[in-house]
Amino acid sequence: MGRLIRLDRTGHTTLAEWGAEEAGSHEAAVAAFRRELDAGMLASVPNADGSAEVVRELPVDSELVVLRRPIAGG
Amino acid sequence: MTQTRTWKPPAPAGTPRRPGLDEAAALWWRREVTHETLRRDGRRWTAWTVALVVAFTAPGVGLLLLSLWTLPVALGCFAHAWIVPGLQARRGGRSVVSLRSERSAARGDRPDPVAEGVALGLLGDLVGHRERELVRRCGLAMHRGRFGVWLVGERGALMVRRGGRRVDCWCVRVAESGDLPAGDRVAHLLLALREDEAGFAMVANLGFSGAAWRVRRGLAQSARPALEMARAAARDR
Repeated sequence: MGRLIRLDRTGHTTLAEWGAEEAGSHEAAVAAFRRELDAGMLASVPNADGSAEVVRELPVDSELVVLRRPIAGG
Repeated sequence: MTQTRTWKPPAPAGTPRRPGLDEAAALWWRREVTHETLRRDGRRWTAWTVALVVAFTAPGVGLLLLSLWTLPVALGCFAHAWIVPGLQARRGGRSVVSLRSERSAARGDRPDPVAEGVALGLLGDLVGHRERELVRRCGLAMHRGRFGVWLVGERGALMVRRGGRRVDCWCVRVAESGDLPAGDRVAHLLLALREDEAGFAMVANLGFSGAAWRVRRGLAQSARPALEMARAAARDR
C-alpha cells in the first residue's frame, strides 16, 4: 500500500493511497502527483536507511511519497 | 500553494542539468560543494577572524607603546577584538531556529496545536529513535552526512565537521513557509538534506564557520545538548 502526502498548513494531507488490489488507485495517485508537481511541489521518498530520494515520477512500490515545498538560502 | 518564483537566470545552452535537488540545479552558477571547498571556506573564516583580532589589537598595542595614558582607548580596542568575532559566531548560532525556541513558528501569532502535533508526528516517523528523542528535547533533527553531522532546525542548519571541533552555520529555509507548522519546516529541510547533501549545502548560505564553543554561545539553551551530541557523533567518525 502506497501513500502520497503533502506537507502543508495542516501538518500533512494524504492526497492518494494506492495498492495492487484497488484498481485505478495508482492512476489516481499519479494524477494527483502530477498536479502537485505542476504546482511547484517537489517529491521525496524517504528510505529506511535515513536517506531520501528525489522522484519525478510516482514510484509504484514506495510506501510513502512526500510532497514538499522548495527550500532556499536564508 | 501560493508560490512566489524568484527570477533566476537561465542556464547557458549546453549546461548539463545537475542531478539531485531541483533547487540546487536552478543555481547552476554556484560551485559544487565538496570537502575541499568546505575546508577552504573554513580556512577563510579563520583568516577573517584572525584579521579582525589583529586589526583591533594592533592599534591598542601601538597606543600602549606610545603612552600608558592611552590605556582606556587601548582597552576599547581589545574589547572590540573580543566582541566583534564573538558577535559573528553568535549570529551563526542564531541562524538556527529550534522547535519550541523563542523564535519558533509554534510561538507565532496563531499557532494551530493540531497541525503542530500532526507535523511533529510525521517528523518523528522520519527520524530514528535516538534522533526522535533529540527532536523532543532540543528541537533539532540530527543527520549523519558525508560532510559531517548536521543539526537541522525550522530554519537554518549546523554542520559539525569530522573531529567535532569546527561547526559550519548554514542559513536555509523553506521558501514559502508562512503557513507551515514548525515541525513541517524541519521535515522540509531534513528531507532536502537527505535527498542531496551537497545540493543542500549549495542552496544554503554559509553564515559562519568556526570553533564549536563559539557557536554554542549563540544557540538557545535548550538546543545546546544537541550540539554536544552532534560533536560526539562527529568525533566517532
